[in-house]
Amino acid sequence: MNENIKTEIENEIQSNNVVLYMKGTPVFPQCGFSAATVGVLNHLGVKFSSVNVLENDDVRQGIKDYANWPTIPQLYVKGEFVGGCDIIREMYESGELGDLLTTKGIEVSK
Amino acid sequence: MPMNASEIEILIKEAFPDAIIKIDDLRGDGDHYSCHVISKEFEGKSRVQQHQMVYGSLKGKMGNELHALALQTSTPE
Repeated sequence: MNENIKTEIENEIQSNNVVLYMKGTPVFPQCGFSAATVGVLNHLGVKFSSVNVLENDDVRQGIKDYANWPTIPQLYVKGEFVGGCDIIREMYESGELGDLLTTKGIEVSK
Repeated sequence: MPMNASEIEILIKEAFPDAIIKIDDLRGDGDHYSCHVISKEFEGKSRVQQHQMVYGSLKGKMGNELHALALQTSTPE
């Protein structure tokens, strides 16, 4: 993959505790899976930053190559890929997501 | 280009011969599926690794021909 994009992704996920690569924005998601994942993060009351992959085709492809993961959204916590929509939802329902965030020292309000 | 459920099942079955596979066409449009794969191959793997294995078996179709596949993986009880 393109080295510049890789560096851009690494900077993004290492300088922010929780990053969601998504289609659209948290206020205006443009895909149901992205919307569902934003919903989970909002439910947990966790602060996150987001990257709208629809604004940049290189990032859109780059993030798939980076995580070896074929779909968007993708959630990163402290620089580590945690999962896509299905995994995030499953981890939220079982309580694992809240635990993971807390273990990593990230504030969860609910 | 939609895919039908049996094509998905065949690809997964090739990669995981022991798998129990349940596929639902969520909207009846051949484009939005949910899929539960149960296989011993997943033992000792993280969820991300399990899903990557299934995506791998779909040979690049996931995210292309196959737009939406809500995936769940587990090991036999």
